[in-house]
Amino acid sequence: MNSEISGILFMFAASLAIGIPLGKYIARVYAGEKTLLDPVMNPVEKLFFRISGINAGKEMNWKQHMVAMLMINMIWFLLGMFVLMNQSWLPLNPDGNPNMSSDLAFNTSISFVVNCNLQHYSGETGLSYLGQLFLMFLQFVSAATGMAAAAILFVALKEKTTTQLGNFYNFFLKSITRVLLPLSMIIAVIFLLNGMPMGFEAKDSFTSLQGDTVQVSRGPVAAFVPIKHLGTNGGGFFGANSAHPLENPNYFTNIVEMIAQLIIPFAMIFAFGFYLRKRKLSRMIFAVMTIGFLLLAIPNIIMEVKGNPAIAAMGIDNSLGAMEGKEVRFGAAASGFWSIVTTVISTGSVNAMHDSTMPLSGMNELLAMMINAFYGGCGVGLLNFFIFIILAVFISGLMVGRTPEFMGKKVEAREIKIAMIIALLHPLLILAGTALSSYLVVNNPANAAWLNNPGHHGFSEMLYEYTSSAANNGSGFEGLGDNNLWWNISTGFVLILSRFLPIIGPVAIAGLLAQKKYIPASAGTLKTDTSTFGIMIFAVIVLITALAFFPALALGPIAEYFNLR
Amino acid sequence: MKEHFFSAIRLTVVSMLLCSVVYVLLISGIATITPQKGKGELITVNGKTYYANIGQKFTDDKYFWSRPSAVDYNAAGSAGSNKGPSNPDYLATVQARIDTFLVHNPGVKKSAIPVDLVTASGSGLDPHISVLAANVQLKRIAKIRGIAEPNLEELILTYTEKPLLGLFGPERINVVKLNIALDQLK
Repeated sequence: MNSEISGILFMFAASLAIGIPLGKYIARVYAGEKTLLDPVMNPVEKLFFRISGINAGKEMNWKQHMVAMLMINMIWFLLGMFVLMNQSWLPLNPDGNPNMSSDLAFNTSISFVVNCNLQHYSGETGLSYLGQLFLMFLQFVSAATGMAAAAILFVALKEKTTTQLGNFYNFFLKSITRVLLPLSMIIAVIFLLNGMPMGFEAKDSFTSLQGDTVQVSRGPVAAFVPIKHLGTNGGGFFGANSAHPLENPNYFTNIVEMIAQLIIPFAMIFAFGFYLRKRKLSRMIFAVMTIGFLLLAIPNIIMEVKGNPAIAAMGIDNSLGAMEGKEVRFGAAASGFWSIVTTVISTGSVNAMHDSTMPLSGMNELLAMMINAFYGGCGVGLLNFFIFIILAVFISGLMVGRTPEFMGKKVEAREIKIAMIIALLHPLLILAGTALSSYLVVNNPANAAWLNNPGHHGFSEMLYEYTSSAANNGSGFEGLGDNNLWWNISTGFVLILSRFLPIIGPVAIAGLLAQKKYIPASAGTLKTDTSTFGIMIFAVIVLITALAFFPALALGPIAEYFNLR
Repeated sequence: MKEHFFSAIRLTVVSMLLCSVVYVLLISGIATITPQKGKGELITVNGKTYYANIGQKFTDDKYFWSRPSAVDYNAAGSAGSNKGPSNPDYLATVQARIDTFLVHNPGVKKSAIPVDLVTASGSGLDPHISVLAANVQLKRIAKIRGIAEPNLEELILTYTEKPLLGLFGPERINVVKLNIALDQLK
């Protein structure tokens, strides 16, 4: 058991050790300073911009940034619909997998464009290799979109008054060429050396020792899995995601995949501090996030290691923990840890099935996505946290009777309104979606077939699906029968709204702040890089989440917990 | 707006070439010079090839059993059971697995059955079992195959995979490799 705990500590420490210098590097990349990859990548970027007819030096205001972002995202979505609905006759389809239905293609294309990767299909039967490679492309660009949006925030919060916030395409392309692609290559090579397949042949088949003939799905897995984690996308190549022994062959690859999904969210927090020369502020942000993360992760590890009391009551040896839905090579502890990492950041890849985790573990996974700002997804985690900072600035400003200010800029009614709308959008989408689905289940017995489990757990399956969609997470209580018109369409709309509004909102606030006059800090300024302010942010997060979500959680996981004892 | 539209299309095309073609070709190229040639870890015994990482269904009494699987170890697909911890049908299934195990392993105490042997894995393809799970089946195998128990103990010890660097992760046994070795013991 000790080796399981030390494995977790190592994963966290190693991610931090890589995340901090990576943050410094990312800050230099967005600031346009000299970096290691200049000789290779400068000509490539120049060529790309020339072909695209883009002047990367042309600065944009926040609205132009958002127009550029929405336009290119729309093109990816339409292209995705085309590929997924025509993959059966397009090349690279040795297994002869069929086209996706229009509603499934709608859901899948949106889901990968918005960095969620909710998957209402299984890769083995639902996608051709061309489809996989296209979705892999979306994993690169959706992560780069989030990072570019965070870069706009960096520029906007500099100590000057401006409307010019850098160039969207420049931030976007550099996120790929300088960060995502080089790191993916390194990690892919590690995976190749650890038994991950990489090829384009059709399914293999063999006869087992016992004489059963079985097939083995394979494909270009080693190229796909690195970006799935680096970009906090989480969409699996195979149906079982990173629980699949070809997608995560051993404990070492598990460590690498864990580090890969943590480093960029970590790095973006530190990049923020390096870029703005406010390292104390980024340390405070990191501390608040880490406390929140640990408060969710530690109970999960304990509950998964303790195991299912209902199975313990049967009188068997329960010392391995809650093994339903888990792999022996990872064990209960590392799986419990992963279940929170993947939900606080918006990865949504799984190395164990969340549907089978203990009731309160499931609650913590839900809470992680309901808050969606402890570390958070590639770039967007910081944007989500920024909303909570603005709210905390406002509330503490009111409490001490000072004008709310952040980074030397006055926070006024307009910014607060935007922040409040974004903060409330998340619970609205989750709770309204769950309520509607519950109504459909109760009023039409045929819809009860959606649920893989009865009672409170069935309710949790629906709550989880909308929470995962609204948090752009992509993990699921996968027992839910979600490949049908209702789920494909309803979660599709939740996905779009909860991706782009929470990007536009914070960028708008930052853009508005950037236009304001810079007020140098004085004795009367509310300091935002102190632990007191950190506690304030934490309190705001807890308050909003608890008030919005407690009733739903009480009906689902909490009720199940009390029934299981 | 129009300018954004055409720029976006062209930028999409070139970045797709970079991410989905150049990158993939490069990784495929590197794969061909790695030891496993990008085919996954294969084991070839007596001219038959198995995947070291893809578990197999072992329900025969003469083999070490593998874990229950939601996809019956057919790696054409992959899935867990997704049963919730309080689901009454699921708990009945687990109880039935315990009873079956006891019937096939007379003399084994219920309290010695480790939980991984009666619960399905996340992928349905888990190639591993715990060390406890191998040991609890030792008597049955010894009796059916007529192998002395110490020899089997040694086999289990040989195939026990230690934590990474002795530090990280759980101990486990690859049940495919173990059963291949078991067949060769005779």
